[in-house]
Amino acid sequence: MEGVTLSEAEQRYYCDLFSYCDTESTKKVASNGRVLELFRAAQLPNDVVMQIMELCGATRLGYFGRSQFYIALKLVAVAQSGLPLRVESLNTVKDLPLPRFVVSKNEQESRHTALYSSDADNPASYSGVIPPPPPGRIQVKKGSVSHDAVQQRTSTDQQESTSPVVSPQQSPPTSPHTWRKHNRHPSGGNNERPLAGPGPFWAPFSEVQPGSSTSSDPIWSGHSPPPHQENWVSFADTPPTSALLAMHPASVQDQTTVRTVASATTANEIRRQSSSYDDPWKITDEQRQYYVNQFKTIQPDLNGFIPGSAAKEFFTKSKLPILELSHIWELSDFDKDGALTLDEFCAAFHLVVARKNGYDLPEKLPESLMPKLIDLEDSTEVGEQTGEVGYSGSPAEAPPSKSPSMPSLNQTWPELNQSSEQWETFSERSSSSQTLTQFDSNIAPADPDTAIVHPVPIRMTPSKIHMQEMELKRTGSDHANPTSPLLVKPSDLPEENKISSSVKFTAGNTVNGYSSSDSYTSDAEQIGNAVTRQRSHSGTSPDNTAPPPPPPRPHASHSRSSSLDMNRSFSVTPGQQQAGVVAYPPAVPPRPQPSQGTGPHVHRSVDADGLIAHTSTSPQQIPEQPNFADFSQFEAFAVSGVNKEEEDEIETHSEVLQVEKPSDSASSLRVAKADGRVEDKAPANVPSSAGKGTTPLAPPPKPIRRRLKSEDELRPEAEEHTQKTGVIAAVLASQPSIPRSVGKDKKAIQASIRRNKETNTVLARLNSELQQQLKDVLEERISLEVQLEQLRPFSHL
Amino acid sequence: GLFCCQNYPLYIRSVPTENELKFHYTVHTSLDVVDEKISAMGKALVDQRELYLGLLYPTEDYKVYGYVTNSKVKFVMVVDSSNTALRDNEIRSMFRKLHNSYTDIMCNPFYNPGDRIHSRAFDTMVNSMMMQVC
Repeated sequence: MEGVTLSEAEQRYYCDLFSYCDTESTKKVASNGRVLELFRAAQLPNDVVMQIMELCGATRLGYFGRSQFYIALKLVAVAQSGLPLRVESLNTVKDLPLPRFVVSKNEQESRHTALYSSDADNPASYSGVIPPPPPGRIQVKKGSVSHDAVQQRTSTDQQESTSPVVSPQQSPPTSPHTWRKHNRHPSGGNNERPLAGPGPFWAPFSEVQPGSSTSSDPIWSGHSPPPHQENWVSFADTPPTSALLAMHPASVQDQTTVRTVASATTANEIRRQSSSYDDPWKITDEQRQYYVNQFKTIQPDLNGFIPGSAAKEFFTKSKLPILELSHIWELSDFDKDGALTLDEFCAAFHLVVARKNGYDLPEKLPESLMPKLIDLEDSTEVGEQTGEVGYSGSPAEAPPSKSPSMPSLNQTWPELNQSSEQWETFSERSSSSQTLTQFDSNIAPADPDTAIVHPVPIRMTPSKIHMQEMELKRTGSDHANPTSPLLVKPSDLPEENKISSSVKFTAGNTVNGYSSSDSYTSDAEQIGNAVTRQRSHSGTSPDNTAPPPPPPRPHASHSRSSSLDMNRSFSVTPGQQQAGVVAYPPAVPPRPQPSQGTGPHVHRSVDADGLIAHTSTSPQQIPEQPNFADFSQFEAFAVSGVNKEEEDEIETHSEVLQVEKPSDSASSLRVAKADGRVEDKAPANVPSSAGKGTTPLAPPPKPIRRRLKSEDELRPEAEEHTQKTGVIAAVLASQPSIPRSVGKDKKAIQASIRRNKETNTVLARLNSELQQQLKDVLEERISLEVQLEQLRPFSHL
Repeated sequence: GLFCCQNYPLYIRSVPTENELKFHYTVHTSLDVVDEKISAMGKALVDQRELYLGLLYPTEDYKVYGYVTNSKVKFVMVVDSSNTALRDNEIRSMFRKLHNSYTDIMCNPFYNPGDRIHSRAFDTMVNSMMMQVC
């Protein structure tokens, strides 16, 4: 191979190219980055480029010496001529045309490298920055790998040795720096190539294999760890990068490779970035993986938060001005809780990367960066892994995971429309609207004699405290509940459901009290009922629980309340957020009856059936109501108020409501949460068939009672839950009646299916509402803490 | 205008750009009235209703409203007297929004209490609010 003979023109051309590639002016080694760029510009397939590099001996030596470079160029010419790459062809092929390199690419690359060098004092040093994080990790992982003692390496090694020193301090920022450089120049072309490249190249990266190896694959695998971490984002698209990596067998060489590759991969990365910038803010998988890893370094639990101070340090390392970092924080901290969840962190990191690459920060968070991505990731593939990770949190993580889901809830309303699962969308929306409607009810209680408005605010505070209790309870009892079908927030919802289930029992009554929101509250109740039902029945009875009756009623209430409540609630919501009114939203009108409405969507879908079922069940419920009276311990005003609200909303079940009212008013006691639950269940069980009735009755009275108790403990969430449970209970109650009334298996099955759907919807809604409440509570807590901190020094004022 | 506890301004924004200096002067002088009201309150008041100080100072041209947070951050709003459509509730809601936005800013770890407020979101919110009024 060394015996390549070059014609005069070739000699000159090659010399020029070598000078071009000799960015370090070593006169001996062509910068790998430049060489890679050059090869890419040759528009040869990646494997050919790899082959060329192997043949020219660069693989062996690990660098492009002049001879190797010339050989490589010659091989490029050979390849471009369509001739097979052979060592012999170097000398045997006569009149070989000069290798052609796409000028535009070269210019771009030169521009990149120029910028590259301008950005960093020394491209080499800059690339050295890139390696630090990965090398830092790599070096930890594997010891120094023996590599060919190449003298050229020494310089790079020295640089590498310095870079590792730097890396610990800069590990996070380096990647942004890297990305910045790389992403600065999105190039139009070769988007596919880079993307295709990493695939096969990264495949061999299974384990670190130090030492040179004859085949490139092991080498690549040796390089895999370092690039994985950081360079994935940077180098994902750079097949040549991997090829270059192949040339550096040792981990240290990885750094070098990374360094040199960094410059070379600039174009690749840029291409990749450009490809990913069809949607400029979309986070690619590699990027997301990198973000997740960075997140892990700060917060091992992927479902946890990164506190603001830690995030501040982390992003300060990226050397962006504080003002921009502040803006990035504003954009990415979706729930405004002062902490970053995984999604928020990824969004923030992505914004930092984009900013470093010269992209201006948007005024509003781009859709693709919104934390709701996690929720929507179920439908999209992007970040699914992270989404799943986010969702895999244990119940204890429900609150943190709720934040991304909560913002997603709020923000996903428009997105929900796009989601395939309409009912999910609807439930989420309904839950939000419930929240809003809750406010409305507070503002203008339909029931004059109910002190609902007042108790609501008071409840909010204690409810929050108790929310935690509820959650604790819930965590204990959750897992039995099959709430899986719930909405987008898979883990959150089930957890929320669990919470809600526990809360429902306790707060059921209170929730009823709030039930100003018509349709949604009923859904919440249903959810609560369903959940409670499930719990009572070990989750075996969902089939029977879906109460047909509720659907029609909530639907009706929807029309009425949705138009009014939502308008009012929206307007009110902002103002009341502090009061934690959010807690109210879950408080579905305690209407125990069918209003449980598995959800508006369910209602709609099942309207016809539901109506029938409802009517059929309503009479059933009426007899059940006396059970409420027996066990419900409402305070008269609360109960009546709740009932009234429910009545207003549930038109079809007005009669039932009235029946409930008396029963509610009859009970003025407050039942202990557990006791109430049990009691509620008991009567409910009686009227309804086994496995259904327990909850229907129990929840409605419980919400009402709970509402009163809210002052003690139940949080608005609890109330909501109770309401929901009440709804669910009502639904459940109705269910038994349905089969009886119908008396046909088919109808029963259909009814059960409906009920299940409704239950699911209700549960999902309950979850979302709970999450919302939690979010609100967290917000308030944060603001209170801030104020408290500021107040301390001012106590003397 | 938004002032810190030490009464130095954190944020001042006015819609009609003319007479801006006059508004600044008004806002600063109104701080005295705010302090007076605060000292008159006595014990620590946590209730939000009392955070709203109400109409501080009606002059011939405009009205000044005040609002103080628990951390002694004061919000002062000057509105044109000719704008009679502004009711007390609206002013309250505006102050509430301001307070919420300010809390959001505080959540930002990159924001040091006492710095000037450069948040774009905050600016947007304030602008939209002012547009509503004018």
